[in-house]
Amino acid sequence: MADVEQSEIDPNAPVTKISTPIELKYHFTAGRAASRFMRGLMKKKILGQRCPSCLKVYVPPRGSCASCGVPTEEEVELPPKGIVTTYCIVNVPFYGQKIKIPYVTGTILIDGADIGFMHLLQEVEAEEVRMGMRVEAVWQDDSEMVPGLESIKYFRPTGEEDAPFEEYKEYV
Amino acid sequence: MGAQRCAVIGIGQTKYNSVRDDVSIAGLCREAAIRALEDAQLGWSDIEAVVIGKAPDMFEGVVMPESYLTDALGASGKPIIRVHTAGSVGGSTALVAASLVQSGVHSRVLTVAFEKQSESDAMWALSRPIPFSPPTLAGAGGYFAPLIRAYIRRSGAPSHIGMKVAVKDRLNALKNPYAHLHLDDISMEKVEESPMLWDPIRYLETCPSSDGACAMVLGDEKIASASGKPPAWIHGSAMRSEPTMFAGRDAVNPRAGQDCAKDLYSQAGITNPRKQIDMAEIYVPFSWYEPMWMENLGFAELGQGWKMTDEGATSLDGDLPVNCSGGVLSSNPIGASGMIRFAESALQVRGMAGEHQVQDCNLALGHAYGGGSQYFSMWLVGSKKPN
Amino acid sequence: MREVAVVSFAQSKSVRRADDQNEVEMLMPVVSQAIANSGVPRKEIGFTISGSCDYLGGVPFAFVSGLDAVGAWPPITESHVEMDGAWALYEAWVRLQHGDIDSALVYSFGKSSLGDISQVLSQQLDPYYLAPLWPDSVSLGAIQTRSWLDSGHSEKELAQLVSRNRQFASTNEHSQITKLIDPETYLAKPYIIEPLRIDDCPPVSDGACALVLVAGDRAKACSTRLAWIKGIDHRSEPHSLGVRDLSISVSTKQAGKNCGALDIRADICELHAPFSAQQAILEEALGIDESVIVNPSGGALCANPVMAAGLIRIGEAASRIINGEANCAIAHATAGPCLQQNLVCVLEGGN
Repeated sequence: MADVEQSEIDPNAPVTKISTPIELKYHFTAGRAASRFMRGLMKKKILGQRCPSCLKVYVPPRGSCASCGVPTEEEVELPPKGIVTTYCIVNVPFYGQKIKIPYVTGTILIDGADIGFMHLLQEVEAEEVRMGMRVEAVWQDDSEMVPGLESIKYFRPTGEEDAPFEEYKEYV
Repeated sequence: MGAQRCAVIGIGQTKYNSVRDDVSIAGLCREAAIRALEDAQLGWSDIEAVVIGKAPDMFEGVVMPESYLTDALGASGKPIIRVHTAGSVGGSTALVAASLVQSGVHSRVLTVAFEKQSESDAMWALSRPIPFSPPTLAGAGGYFAPLIRAYIRRSGAPSHIGMKVAVKDRLNALKNPYAHLHLDDISMEKVEESPMLWDPIRYLETCPSSDGACAMVLGDEKIASASGKPPAWIHGSAMRSEPTMFAGRDAVNPRAGQDCAKDLYSQAGITNPRKQIDMAEIYVPFSWYEPMWMENLGFAELGQGWKMTDEGATSLDGDLPVNCSGGVLSSNPIGASGMIRFAESALQVRGMAGEHQVQDCNLALGHAYGGGSQYFSMWLVGSKKPN
Repeated sequence: MREVAVVSFAQSKSVRRADDQNEVEMLMPVVSQAIANSGVPRKEIGFTISGSCDYLGGVPFAFVSGLDAVGAWPPITESHVEMDGAWALYEAWVRLQHGDIDSALVYSFGKSSLGDISQVLSQQLDPYYLAPLWPDSVSLGAIQTRSWLDSGHSEKELAQLVSRNRQFASTNEHSQITKLIDPETYLAKPYIIEPLRIDDCPPVSDGACALVLVAGDRAKACSTRLAWIKGIDHRSEPHSLGVRDLSISVSTKQAGKNCGALDIRADICELHAPFSAQQAILEEALGIDESVIVNPSGGALCANPVMAAGLIRIGEAASRIINGEANCAIAHATAGPCLQQNLVCVLEGGN
């Protein structure tokens, strides 16, 4: 129900705000391709899909290649490793935030994939993060595994040599 | 048969502010619409159709608000259309309205774009945890900061460029009474000292969150020629979209933006945009996007856009003034921001931009983009009737 | 006006819950089929536009993922309305009038099953006076039905209407409800929200559809049989339910008049009426008599993917013209609470 904020001082003051909380519940559907990907994550596997037309590998798979407009079906298993193509250090608090600031989100390009995805970077100081840094997935504890990218707790540096910019500049 | 000529004959803007609690959503839209009608010297009954636009409905918490706004916008008994193309929506809305005139279907159309972000929480709406995804997204800045980092790496631009844009646009805003931010003491030092929100984006390098609406009245050739004030003639208009995520996408310098600009220039016979276009109002929500779009729009060679900013070419007295109104960095009612760019470009060629008027402005660009830099809408308006 | 025709139409089967498919997976086969059947190569389509609603899935920018289904590369000229796909078609028709492009792809999708659709739609109402009261869409349908009954109609008429729609739906492979119901069985059923019985209400549906419009000579080259749009118009009326007579539809009549629907003899008519009484109200507004076959698809009463259901009406009517079943059709789409906004178009067969 509407909760009207009334001015206690002046009954003639204009009403400038009505608070009407809206709560709607949704039953979300991930779709076929994403479901396979997420079931794979529960088994600590990264499953991408290859576009039959341009042969690019999508991780996470989207069930389609958006540039070719065709469904993707061929499954490709990739290692839980890759590079940070670019990143951002988040210092901004907002409602519903689950991670303590500052934190680093990076675009992770998994080895063998042709598209990066955003994930969290940890076990490294924010100012130490670099473009081209090699990282690996740190999985959740078995009891915490869920069908989703949260099953990867975060990515952390492997300590290997950085990839040269030329190698990944197509993906930035 | 080809497209009919179309011109802007009325423009109305609200005062932009973080909270406009003196008006309802409908009141905000009417404030802009009434000013546009007054400018056009027309009444509600002269309008044949209404086209409204805004960004996601979650920003206000009203589902498809065109239904509720029908009465307030005098659209009863008339056609009303609601456009939504993410951040580019303000621009696309103007183009849909123009299309109604260019097609010959209508001769006078009212278009309104708005956002009343204070009614809900835009940061919340943009950071909704999408099921099965990691909860790392942090608003639009979280998405765009890595792209800016990539631009800096690619172009080798010095770090003060972003700050320079932030200062320039805020100084311009001081000349625009409608602008949300009027930062009298803005300086490079202030920007540098402001908190790093989404490294490499500082607080003062981002746009504010604003309530506001912008409206325009568009007319056909006959109406515009008879108008008592100078019209802004549409010389070209274009929209382009590409998917957000596909392998091999260049999200820093998206092809959709390049193609959109090329299409636009070819319609208007532009071969050297920097020379032939007198000013541009472009969608710059984070300061670094000025040099990025200079390149994307063909005003500068690849990797050279930052030099335009650095040399002052984009200042009010430069050879291509950009965002003389203060831009998105000074007022950002998201759904309206694109239309404000379009309207400000029109004000310039009408010679009605007041204190931030560019001298001898005959051809101006209005630009908007949205989504993950994947939706683009642009127009070119001129003081003279197109051929 | 430049002549524009519907040359192809495709739709998914409407289902209660497309659990294993996301929007793109639902849309992609439909878009591909519409394009393939149009004879226009994908890369030659001049304009693409869709209609959808963020709140159906509770995620902003629902249409952005929809773009994945159309192969928007190289970048395309594209737009989107946060409205039923029928309005996307209107915008495409307007765009084709410019004369510089000849074809347009229009698509629409809706997964009404993701949230509680009747609650979601209640948030479309005036945010200060109505939405905080959460009047769900079924209750609003009941209010409109009551208003229609009180204007001199009976539940027996609804019984006949529902029974007839079901008969048609039983032969429509894309329909969700296909079970027959005779008027007596209908009347013996209890009310769910008086005066509505369950059969007066639309099912909750997930579905998608796409069609291709082609203009002028280019259209004639596509096929020997096309559904030409002879007229199209849409009108809105006041939002507040208290200021209009809910037993009639003034804006439908206006749009019908403007597009020529009131002056022609149609063979069939597809009316977007989620509630049974709305179909009767629309028939009256458009002067539809018994010689016209109304909702040969079974209508939105039998399959109602919100945001696509209006465009499906145009597609259904066009399909019947293209396959020779009809020669002249009226198609209609609605939006807003209790038929607030209505679009009417006239389609005619020919080459």
